[in-house]
Amino acid sequence: MNDLATFRTETRAWLEANCPPSMRTNMKHESEAYWGGRNATFISDEQQQWFEAMASRGWTAPAWPAEYGGGGLSKEENKILQQEMRRLNCRKPLLSFGIWMLGPALLRYGSEAQKHHYIPDIVQGKIRWCQGYSEPNAGSDLASLGTSAEDRGDHYLVNGQKVWTSYADKADWIFCLVRTEPDAPKHSGISFVLIDMESEGVSVRPIKLISGKSPFCETFFDNVKVPKHHLVGTENKGWTIAKYLLTHERGMIGGIGDTENKQALHEFALQQIGTEHGKLADPILRQQVAQIELDAWAYQLTLERAADEAKAGHGPGAKSSFYKYYGTELNKARFEAMVALGGTESFEWEGPIASHWLRTKGNSIEGGTSEIQLNIISKHLLGLPSK
Amino acid sequence: MSTTQHTSTKLPLILSEEQQMIKESARDFLHAKAPVAALRQLRDKQDSQGFDSELWREMVEMGWPALAVPEAYGGLGFGYTGLGQVLEETGRTLTASPLVSTVLLAATAIQTGGSVSQKSSLLPAIVSGELLMALAIDETKHHNPAKTTLSAQQDGDTFVLNGRKTFVLDGHMANQLIVVARTSGTAGDRGGLSLFLVDASSKGLSIERVMMTDSRNAANITFDQVSVPADNLLGDLDQGGELLEKTLDIARIGLSAELLGTVLEAFDRTVNYLKERQQFGVPIGSFQALQHRAAQMFCEIELCKSVVLKGLHAIDTDDPTLPALASLCKAKLAQVAQLVSNEAVQMYGGIGMTDDEDIGFFLKRARVAQHTLGAYPFHLDRLASLSGY
Repeated sequence: MNDLATFRTETRAWLEANCPPSMRTNMKHESEAYWGGRNATFISDEQQQWFEAMASRGWTAPAWPAEYGGGGLSKEENKILQQEMRRLNCRKPLLSFGIWMLGPALLRYGSEAQKHHYIPDIVQGKIRWCQGYSEPNAGSDLASLGTSAEDRGDHYLVNGQKVWTSYADKADWIFCLVRTEPDAPKHSGISFVLIDMESEGVSVRPIKLISGKSPFCETFFDNVKVPKHHLVGTENKGWTIAKYLLTHERGMIGGIGDTENKQALHEFALQQIGTEHGKLADPILRQQVAQIELDAWAYQLTLERAADEAKAGHGPGAKSSFYKYYGTELNKARFEAMVALGGTESFEWEGPIASHWLRTKGNSIEGGTSEIQLNIISKHLLGLPSK
Repeated sequence: MSTTQHTSTKLPLILSEEQQMIKESARDFLHAKAPVAALRQLRDKQDSQGFDSELWREMVEMGWPALAVPEAYGGLGFGYTGLGQVLEETGRTLTASPLVSTVLLAATAIQTGGSVSQKSSLLPAIVSGELLMALAIDETKHHNPAKTTLSAQQDGDTFVLNGRKTFVLDGHMANQLIVVARTSGTAGDRGGLSLFLVDASSKGLSIERVMMTDSRNAANITFDQVSVPADNLLGDLDQGGELLEKTLDIARIGLSAELLGTVLEAFDRTVNYLKERQQFGVPIGSFQALQHRAAQMFCEIELCKSVVLKGLHAIDTDDPTLPALASLCKAKLAQVAQLVSNEAVQMYGGIGMTDDEDIGFFLKRARVAQHTLGAYPFHLDRLASLSGY
């Protein structure tokens, strides 16, 4: 048996032994997930047991280097772990913007001291992070952000407001884009800093969405002192990190169009409206379902092709805008079809569809709107001229 | 490499070095020998054959008809993924040749359902370029093989064929036809079909060439008491439906590869035009109204590349989901070919409406290929049925 086969056998046995039964079921609600942080609580002993088992191996971030507390797995080993977790239907032990966003940025742009300081706490779920990018007047035009960070010798004095900060009301720390050089061209005066949410002058207000949920907040900074060593990378070069993270985020959001582990739309359709003469009872809805499944299958194969190209080392990369655009539009279409199939029942406020359907409207806005993604594709992938 | 390796292995969705080489050499050859201008020339002189025999001879020398034929029958055994690369490139140059009729359709039918002696006599003749064939399927203006009514009645050692076929690709220049006939049941039954090899010079056969919008060949063929030896049955009596379906699915994927080439080339040309054409003192490609539509086409084309490669792999690995993948390919490519060919003409503006500009040839070929072997509605419906809804 080769090393990978051994790894698979051992991983399978370990997961069998350590993943409790209730952690092998689909979550009924987003609120059942564990996000970690200073004030985190577990919904059950089994959830705690599962989280601690995975964290002890660094498998909350399996592919991060072991020297910073990550799992230290190779790409191939990580793939096997993910496959084996899918096979048992294991829940993710920890959801975390630290793992999805900040960690990759620190591993690339952070100092050694920052890596050793922040990454182990992310892996162990001790600190919950949120992202401070957008501002009321800097949405699609993110680089025009105005939250200021004034140089005061040993610290920056931060003033301004962020918006759409995911779960800022529950987060311990925020990674933030601030303006350190107000007179420079807009892309050249931005820095990437880390701010403790417990600092004096930080306040948070949740935003209620059309879905009735409040996953986002407004975050205010009023004369907040941020020590200089909380700067990541070079002062005024924060836009480079921002772009890197946006690319990363877009690839991740595009995954929302990944239907591999979702119920097939036609199965939902069959449950909702049944069949006549062996075909879905409504021919117009049947056509809509088929068109979405056609695109969803083709998109799924495109994600597979991208992974295979990357593995073979000749992936063109830089297509995250395409995945973000297509995946989110596809997800919106899927939910519109579900609403159509569910009929008036879809709109029962406490029902399973209404708030999810409304939430999908944000998919093509957050992380850069569909229109921004199309701009990026035109400019960077097609080479069309700017005006 | 065998074309029928019975394996459930999922191939990575990338081309092998060998396949990449086939693609590049096909591209170089076609750009030099058979650019769009060649099709224009065939059309303008109303060429009686509809393709260039000398070009076909060179394609044969390049080994193209041999690519997907097993080595045992004189082929190269590179599989359909290899052939698909050539088809994609012929889609870029809109090259007219017997590649679809003789190689993709007929050779596939023979490989899939022929007896050893049929394979031994016919496949090497196809590989050497001397035998041209056509598959006669459609009887009405909408593709639907189950509705076949052309009858074949057994009379001792022969079958007697009566009926009519339409849209037979390359039907007027084929030496031999493969004819889909009904030997039992009634129109609409999936069973009761049989396939026959019919010599094009048979008595009672009348073949009428039809000039098509894409300047490719198609024929209407009438069968009046055409007598065919019983030995010419391809596959089993009454069991031809399955053989036909597999042949068609392979050909649908191959045709999707050709359509992919046509879409890619039409898109590349359109993007270049957007960069060159100036209005209001700037390139029209700087206008967001056009940029966003171009970017949307880019995304759809990415999906097309994935489905075609997956479809070609499915043929070469005997994937049991071949029927669904064939409909996925054909429906997706039809949808995107419609979008891209229409947008191409619109973005070229008035120039796009002129016969002097080549882009119109892409619109014409795209639309005919979309309708060949089942249009978008046929395959979308089939995809839904195959998924159980």
